[in-house]
Amino acid sequence: MTSAPRHFLVATFSNEDALRAAAREVRDRGCRIHDVYTPYPVHGMDELIGIRHSRLPVATLVGGLAGCATALAMQFYMAVFDWPLNVGGKPANSTLAFVPITFELTVLCAGLVTAAAFLTRSGLVPGASTVPFADGTTEDVFALVLRSRDVTIDVAEAGRLLLESGAAQVVLRDVSR
Amino acid sequence: MTDLVAQGLAEPPLIDPRKSFADVTAEVSAPLEKKPGMLWKVAFGISLLLTLQFFAEISYQMVKGIGIWGLNHPVGWAVDITSFVFWIGIGHAGTLISAILHLFRQRWRTAINRSAEAMTIFAVMTAGLFPLIHLGRTWFAYWLIPYPNVRFLWVNFRSPLVWDVFAINTYLIVSLVFWYFGMLPDFATLRDRAGAGGKKRIYGLLSLGWDGSQRTWSRYETACLLLAGLATPLVISVHSIVSMDFATSILPGWHATIFPPYFVAGAVYSGFGMVMLLLIITRRVMHLQRYITLAHLDRMAKITLLTGSLVAFSYASEWFMAWYGGNADERFVFVNRATGRYAWAFWTMVACNVVIPQCLWLRRVRTSPAALLPIAILINVGMWFERFVIIVTSLHRSHLPSSWVMYYPTSIEIGTLVGSFGLFFTCFLLFIRLLPMIATWEIKGLAAAQARGRS
Repeated sequence: MTSAPRHFLVATFSNEDALRAAAREVRDRGCRIHDVYTPYPVHGMDELIGIRHSRLPVATLVGGLAGCATALAMQFYMAVFDWPLNVGGKPANSTLAFVPITFELTVLCAGLVTAAAFLTRSGLVPGASTVPFADGTTEDVFALVLRSRDVTIDVAEAGRLLLESGAAQVVLRDVSR
Repeated sequence: MTDLVAQGLAEPPLIDPRKSFADVTAEVSAPLEKKPGMLWKVAFGISLLLTLQFFAEISYQMVKGIGIWGLNHPVGWAVDITSFVFWIGIGHAGTLISAILHLFRQRWRTAINRSAEAMTIFAVMTAGLFPLIHLGRTWFAYWLIPYPNVRFLWVNFRSPLVWDVFAINTYLIVSLVFWYFGMLPDFATLRDRAGAGGKKRIYGLLSLGWDGSQRTWSRYETACLLLAGLATPLVISVHSIVSMDFATSILPGWHATIFPPYFVAGAVYSGFGMVMLLLIITRRVMHLQRYITLAHLDRMAKITLLTGSLVAFSYASEWFMAWYGGNADERFVFVNRATGRYAWAFWTMVACNVVIPQCLWLRRVRTSPAALLPIAILINVGMWFERFVIIVTSLHRSHLPSSWVMYYPTSIEIGTLVGSFGLFFTCFLLFIRLLPMIATWEIKGLAAAQARGRS
């Protein structure tokens, strides 16, 4: 099923300062910025685009707690309940000796859950296809993308504004998916 | 700015400020896009031969059993376990650079973190093989993992050897994830650079559809910070647990509470020796002197000096405690280390780990690749002997004098050790040819930050 094409205004910049200035300019005019594509993370853009704090740390915490609980439960079950082994007369429930493995599994689960949560949330999967808005955004081009629907001022006016604030090029693109 | 640098008042820039972003990508990707040079081919050929020899020796050992080693009673651990601890230790510098220096916002690490992380992974892989060989019946290695089985037995969770299984596997997996995450944006760059064809498809698959969106970047930086925060205590735990293989026993010379921090310091020290060795060679062979600069070598040498001093302090502390503790057996073991039949190994260790690193106080030495190369090699020799001294000298004079023996390694054991270097270098040489060995995106960010700082 193909939905109606969506219209985007794509402005490209050669450095992050120009990009930041332009982003501030259009945002001050009340336009919502669709997204920004850059070769490296540009700091200070999150507030301009309106990206909220990531909730990834919650995923890490949940993963860590799950790993910790699993490790403790596993060791208690195996060494205390299921088959207590007498090794050198030490108590079956040698809780202190369970600490290293509990720590390792906490870190392992927290790490894997963080990684999985990041990939899932960002839609990064093997074979994912990308239709870049502009060429070279993984090389040296900084692209600012406005969705026409969100541009509160006239689109031509927005384009002129972007060019004035240092865009190398501004194009209109239709994307249908 | 340049005047200040000339007067020694400001740090020289880490990246040549005249470089454009496109230059950075082109120069870093150059080794991946052209045919390998003669030096690389020769190095790869030698490493590959050593790897083949390594696997031939392992196969022979599996057929014959580890009776063909020089092990006896009570020296049940020797070259094999020494090499295991040595290789695990090498890996620690990589995580220190990629995780701990990341948390401390040390931006100079950007040029070297990728290759240091790769080194970690290959070193841990190599290390992991040694205990597996030592099992003798390697095909039962899965018995190390607790799983429901017909013997109705679980592993003994009180044993540090079982802790090792969990620690090393966790370390390998988390390091791999961290390493791969770091490369995601670079795979996307390489994908967009490659013309249509197999290369584009492979980089496309590896990049997972990365498009450099700000939403992804923002989340990505959080994810990397979280992973770095997890890797930092992890790396310290790994060598601490390795040290407990020894410290939880009651053998004189092993039974010491200083072991965990002592082993971690030694691990980082030897690891930095290996990073310097690899990078001094790589920057030359792959023409990356403008990225891996003398300033990087200088800083790595400083960390080496610091950790080397910690190691020397640990030696002194061990000796002090052996005397001050008043335990006759403990005192005997330490005197025996310095004056007994293995005194040559002890003094090699002291020369390489205590005396040699003192050269690093000199700035001229720290910024000279020609001087650092032999030092880096000697550090690794010294750290291998440190583990050999700890393991063998303690075992061969255990509590029962009637079982005192000498241990001599056989050619098989030495051959396996030499071969393991082949495996490690083969992996590393493949890495610098097939994957982006410098984090391009981080270098670009660094160059931009540098430019802003100046204007």
